[in-house]
Amino acid sequence: MTVNVFIFMVTCIFTNNFIFSRFLGCCPFLGVSSKVNTSIGMGMAVTFVMAVASLFTWAVYNLVLVPLHIEYMNTIAFILIIASLVQFVEMFIKKSSPSLYKSLGIYLPLITTNCAVLGVTILNMNNNYGLLQSVLNGVFGALGFMLAIVLMAGVRERLETSNIPKCMKGFPISLVTAGLMSVAFMGFSGFGA
Amino acid sequence: MLDKSTAKGVFINGILNENPTFRLVLGTCPTLAVTTSAMNGIGMGIAATFVLVGSNAVISLLRNFIPDKVRIPAFIVIICAFVTMIQLLMQAFVPSLYESLGMFIPLIVVNCIILARAEAFASKNTVFLSAVDGVGMGLGFTLAITIMGCIRELFGNGTIFGFNVFGQGYDPMLIMILAPGGFIVFGLMLGIVNALTNRKQKSGKEDAV
Repeated sequence: MTVNVFIFMVTCIFTNNFIFSRFLGCCPFLGVSSKVNTSIGMGMAVTFVMAVASLFTWAVYNLVLVPLHIEYMNTIAFILIIASLVQFVEMFIKKSSPSLYKSLGIYLPLITTNCAVLGVTILNMNNNYGLLQSVLNGVFGALGFMLAIVLMAGVRERLETSNIPKCMKGFPISLVTAGLMSVAFMGFSGFGA
Repeated sequence: MLDKSTAKGVFINGILNENPTFRLVLGTCPTLAVTTSAMNGIGMGIAATFVLVGSNAVISLLRNFIPDKVRIPAFIVIICAFVTMIQLLMQAFVPSLYESLGMFIPLIVVNCIILARAEAFASKNTVFLSAVDGVGMGLGFTLAITIMGCIRELFGNGTIFGFNVFGQGYDPMLIMILAPGGFIVFGLMLGIVNALTNRKQKSGKEDAV
């Protein structure tokens, strides 16, 4: 059991990394990750939302949509769950820790349109994962996402001071860098699969 | 009578000046993920265009009824309805394309282009102009990801739309079809577009002088 969980973890974080091999969550990856600190905060918020979203969507899909034979409504149901969850997290953090809210502020609503969150719920559904596996997939997937944005932020802090052609500044050089990082992550392929 | 020049301007704007992929850099996930072949690019583009036109038209129709505070959830539900429609249609009529695009069809819901156009354009303009904006933006997106798809398919597989270009002796660069190729090709394309725009602006200034 423990070994299986460990293998699943390595697969989710490295082999099937959300950004570098599945292309989920690229917008915040490119848009947000310019400072290490904020990207850690963003990563934590996403981890929480993905874990809870996996739990709720699993319950709604298996206990409501399947018995009623309206599986085709999954996209609408999932996105509504995610949107209300993000709203709830926002309100909760605002009440419980205003300082964290201040530093995360703008990124919180963005999580709704982070395709990694909707992506993980759809992956759980397509792969017929059980409850525990869905939640683990959410947590580990989000950790992989966090690893990617933190690494990227570190590289970007360096990129800002380096001399690059004018037309490659900003998005283009970040994308090429991401490509090279993705090559590195390909080294994990085959492991745990 | 709506002036045709505005509509034409809005239409061209979506394809060139504000091309969602190359100029605004929105909707990067499908751009990177499904462009392993030209055919996938076109399929994704058409699906997104359908959703964009439909949601833009409906949102602009309802723009005076949706309360400001709940507009984002309302937009998402409308977009979602169109995504479910195209998902069911594709499953029924083009099952092979549906298979190869996989989970990226439901993910059109969270494609930033669509929500961005709803927020920035459709909630402020008339139904007709919003629909035209949807077509323009959709075609701009389709064009961009089809070009990406062609490049990646050409180097990664030696074909374009399945037709062999380089002949039998070509040894495909597999990396172009794998994940890193997506990032690198997209980055270089953006760089080229930037360089072209800079040059155009420069020559425009010289002309003015």
